[in-house]
Amino acid sequence: MNDTAAATFDTSQALWEERVPGGAHWSGLLRRGNTLRVTDSEGGANVSMLFYNYEDKLERYNMADTLKGQHTAYLTKGNVCYSDMGRVLCSISEDTCGWHDTIGGVSNARLVRRKYGQACYQEYRNEFYRNGFDSLVNELGKFGLGKRDLVANLNLFSKVSVDNDGNMQFREGNSRAGDLIDLRFEMNTLVVLSTCQHPLDKAPKYAPMAIDLTAWRSGTAGPDDPCRNSCAENQRAFTNTERMFA
Amino acid sequence: MRSELTESTLAVKDACFREVVAAGEPFMKEIKKGQMLRILDLEGNQAVDTLFYSALDPQERYDANNTIHEQGNIYLTTGTILRSNESRPMLTIIADTCGRHDTLGGACSAESNTVRYALEKRHMHSCRDSFLMALSEWDNGMDKRDLSSNINFFMNVPVTPEGGLTFEDGISEAGRYVEMRADMDVIVLISNCPQLNNPCNAYNPTPVEVLVWES
Repeated sequence: MNDTAAATFDTSQALWEERVPGGAHWSGLLRRGNTLRVTDSEGGANVSMLFYNYEDKLERYNMADTLKGQHTAYLTKGNVCYSDMGRVLCSISEDTCGWHDTIGGVSNARLVRRKYGQACYQEYRNEFYRNGFDSLVNELGKFGLGKRDLVANLNLFSKVSVDNDGNMQFREGNSRAGDLIDLRFEMNTLVVLSTCQHPLDKAPKYAPMAIDLTAWRSGTAGPDDPCRNSCAENQRAFTNTERMFA
Repeated sequence: MRSELTESTLAVKDACFREVVAAGEPFMKEIKKGQMLRILDLEGNQAVDTLFYSALDPQERYDANNTIHEQGNIYLTTGTILRSNESRPMLTIIADTCGRHDTLGGACSAESNTVRYALEKRHMHSCRDSFLMALSEWDNGMDKRDLSSNINFFMNVPVTPEGGLTFEDGISEAGRYVEMRADMDVIVLISNCPQLNNPCNAYNPTPVEVLVWES
């Protein structure tokens, strides 16, 4: 699904845009009331992503609370990402892809070497092979954070389904060129990401894909917002969030 | 689904350590490489929220994602290698008379209780409170930062092919157990779950027993 109608926003409110190449890592502050659009520029991207309360980085995205509160194992439009303190870090106000993975985790150096072989910087310069774990640790380190803070992450644009026996299946072709997800930030949030491939990606080659980031002033979720009202749990999490900013 | 059940070859009389953990209490102990750790569900349907840390360097800890993506299956049972955030084997499940265990459902906290049930549920006892008290007592510098995605032994959190996730009645019964061999020196941190608002403990939290055998 690639709904171009979904791609419109009030460009007078635009803040910045940036391309992140495949295999790279990035971090930045997204303030409450701003939306970050992540676009799968060429199709088949994976974005391993984590969120931290910018003012108190001990508060962070919590996979289990996000899934339990919304009775889902994946994320799409209408869902929100909970912190471990019962608040909404961001809500998914738009999504043309339909399924973003929450359970696959990140790749690591050993996994990348096993799947793709080795390509060191000295020979390959900036085409060298990177992995999700080291990439996220690298960005976290810029904020005084480290391995202790690297918790279960999102993988935007990737789909891992689970059969009745619990077997995990990576679904190829889940995201097509131009697919996008809008993350509307309800708290001042440190966003940390890596564009390395998903750990369960079946592609035989190291071929991480680029993404585009676009930020604009959107405002926060209003009283009639579908993310807020998709379940009573989300309403209560928004109440907790708004109390903090009261 | 319940996989093949595997019984232990170890006799209870040979255990070098036995301790009953009451409902709602934490438990923390170092387990040496080669030792066997058993968690016994004494009265049935009791969720046991569990984390592991490398005793040598607690920054290396149990990692739910590495554990499940390396085995390609979200449930833990006999044969599952519990992996660290460095993707190294920490423990291996060697016996399991329950059949499968959850590692996606996380631990309850005062704050998540406000979201999941009602704002007034904040003051009920929770696993995170137990974890934090145990870490404070252990006093080696570990704190809330060290609480990551845990294992829920004996808990049933099925994921459907369509991506649904629910908490279901437990599949454990009185006397069922899970047993692991430590593949490195580890610290085990347990919260014997006090949750009263969902069926993970059959609405009636009960004691469990921790047993350890020498290698």
